[in-house]
Amino acid sequence: MNDRIEKRIELKAPVSRVWRALTDYREFGEWFRVKLDGPFVPGQISRGQMTYPGYEHVKWEAVVQKMEPEKLFSFTWPHPKSFEKADTPPDYSKEPVTLVEFRLEKTATGTLLVLTESGFDKLLADRRLEAFRRNEGGWTQQLKNIESYVAQKP
Amino acid sequence: MHALVFAALGDATRLSLVAKLCGGQLCSISQLTRGSRLTRQAITKHLRVLEGVGIVHSVRKGRESRFEFDPRPIEGMKEYLDFVSAQWDQALARLKSFVED
Repeated sequence: MNDRIEKRIELKAPVSRVWRALTDYREFGEWFRVKLDGPFVPGQISRGQMTYPGYEHVKWEAVVQKMEPEKLFSFTWPHPKSFEKADTPPDYSKEPVTLVEFRLEKTATGTLLVLTESGFDKLLADRRLEAFRRNEGGWTQQLKNIESYVAQKP
Repeated sequence: MHALVFAALGDATRLSLVAKLCGGQLCSISQLTRGSRLTRQAITKHLRVLEGVGIVHSVRKGRESRFEFDPRPIEGMKEYLDFVSAQWDQALARLKSFVED
């Protein structure tokens, strides 16, 4: 079990197109499914509301890290204890964060995008996942709920 | 050992303690100190860190405490990572559709 997630995806689109889809806050919002309050600015907090079905109550909050044009876009974001509706929304300044990095490379067919999310060791050290395990069914059940929900609404 | 656990624990000694315990036995500090160059005190300090993360619990048995391994935080983390990974697969598929149209 690794301490990071890495995904590599080949996109049949020019690097400039992919860069725009990642860093233009309206375009990002369209495919990520979040309604963002404003543009991404390195060093600043990006805020918004998820529009992904089932998660509309979840707030988006991220701190933009690097924006190296057509090369690297990164941000840190918190992992709250639960994605369920709560009476009081989580205080994101207190949650451990992971680092999300999008790296772009020009290829013969378009763009190679490498997504890396790292820093999960902090979540383990923070003991927050015990709450998930102790909940009825834990994450496995949540996953099943989400899978069946998403299958109904592709 | 898992890269994640290593990163979280940040220490080869803690990792070897977890390795000794994850066979499922209850171990005393004496047993855990055996064969190590570290003192009983040092081992105890490391055990406290592991208790803090929730993967080790102490059990009172007679004169000495014994320690046992609890896999639940690690299992929980694995489930969570699988969940996040699946979310990214879906998000990136949506990105692909979005830019390729």
